Amino acid sequence: MATETRVAAEGVAEPPSERGPSREPVALRVNGSLRDVDLEPRTSLLDALREHLQLTGSKKGCDQGTCGACTVWVDGRRVLACLTLAIACEGHDVTTIEGISVDGEPHPMQRAFVEHDAFQCGYCTPGQIMSAIALFEEGNATTEEDIAEFMSGNICRCAAYPNIRAAIREVRDAAN
Amino acid sequence: MQPISYALVNDVEAAVTLVGGDPGSAFLAGGTTKIDLLRLGVEHSDRLVDINALALADVEELQDGTILIGALARMSDVARTPIVQERFPAVSEALLLGASEQLRNMASMGGNLCQRVRCSYFRDGVSPCNKREPGTGCSALEGLNRGHAILGASESCIATHPSDVAVALVAFDAVVHTAGLDGQRAISIDDFYLLPGDTPQIEHPLAHGELITAIELPPTPPAARSLYLKFRDRKSYEFALVSVAVALELNDGSISDARVALGGVATKPWRARHAEQELRGAPPTEESFARAAAAELVEAQPRTYNAFKVALAERAIVRGLRQALNGFAG
Repeated sequence: MATETRVAAEGVAEPPSERGPSREPVALRVNGSLRDVDLEPRTSLLDALREHLQLTGSKKGCDQGTCGACTVWVDGRRVLACLTLAIACEGHDVTTIEGISVDGEPHPMQRAFVEHDAFQCGYCTPGQIMSAIALFEEGNATTEEDIAEFMSGNICRCAAYPNIRAAIREVRDAAN
Repeated sequence: MQPISYALVNDVEAAVTLVGGDPGSAFLAGGTTKIDLLRLGVEHSDRLVDINALALADVEELQDGTILIGALARMSDVARTPIVQERFPAVSEALLLGASEQLRNMASMGGNLCQRVRCSYFRDGVSPCNKREPGTGCSALEGLNRGHAILGASESCIATHPSDVAVALVAFDAVVHTAGLDGQRAISIDDFYLLPGDTPQIEHPLAHGELITAIELPPTPPAARSLYLKFRDRKSYEFALVSVAVALELNDGSISDARVALGGVATKPWRARHAEQELRGAPPTEESFARAAAAELVEAQPRTYNAFKVALAERAIVRGLRQALNGFAG
């Protein structure tokens, strides 16, 4: 069986090329633009965005997948940039808080956050907004319970939660 | 994080060959456990083999009603798959009660089964921990063990298994399909999880480089009325103190089939076979439920700070059974 497996592997394709551990050219599509950057494979998407592409909107809170401050979209789905390797994002579309404005104007969710004072220190806000917009795509903004539940991956140490939910409700109700 | 090299593979054979042939290599799927533990210095890999391009992300139904969940299907996608919601609601509920939507969008089903324990002594990278460094001892035995196991533990390790969905999967006799250097095999999920015993560092029967390819849910009629309850310190985005997956089948006024599994209280997703045995053939009453719950917890070994879990687990079982029974009322 093992022999068959090896033969099959040789028949299918040449062995995959190994990259790293030192810096490698990595092509990232971020907010619609293709960006070439030299990265070690261990570099997280969050560090690539903040330290290499100077997109510092996405925040590093815990760096261990707990706080949600680094929330970005990969292929339209919200994920945690701190637990994502940048090199693994090649060929995928990355969207950050810097990429959500419409014709240079703030996204309606950004306006609603300002309107409802949905932050205090503001550190978690980019992640909150990336999750808040994603709720609609997911269909998770219908009820108050859903909003609370599906925003729970974004921690706000200032506890601006009621205002964050109010901002989300406003965008939802305006859309209806 | 230590330096790592990276390889993206396009077929299972290449993945298995690359990892299987190199003790320093590991698979990378969603990364929610792997990247976290590499950064913490708890796990060590020189090379990550990215398997996300493999065609293992589908959920399909076979002719006989079996559901095959691809190992790379994401938690959020499986939770919202209609056939899973209809036939195995407890599986869907358990998925949605775990982690956050961001993590559920990332985490694969195969990776979920393989996730490591959340014991802080394991994760801190320095405390004595037999799972991380065999032979160094278990800091949780006399330490802060409020979240730890009361069932299936040993003097070597009392860490609870953190998965929610695995609890539902053990209740329904799921089967784990793998591919390795020696070919493919199928492992009952109950056998997939090993008790810590004297070797808590060995959690699964998988060989190095053996890859989970799919999770099979065999046709299980009672599972269509199943449910999953989770009790924790906060309402969302928290691991279970106690959780329970329950399914009942009634026939002629008595219980003909009962499935009960516990999370948050044991070193593996815990099939409550003692409880099930008490329930089978019994009338579906509060007394039967209480007797079944007590039977399961007879062998519980509470520690300094987690003794509350005994009563909590019993009540969780009773409440789960009560709710399952109510499901027949309508």
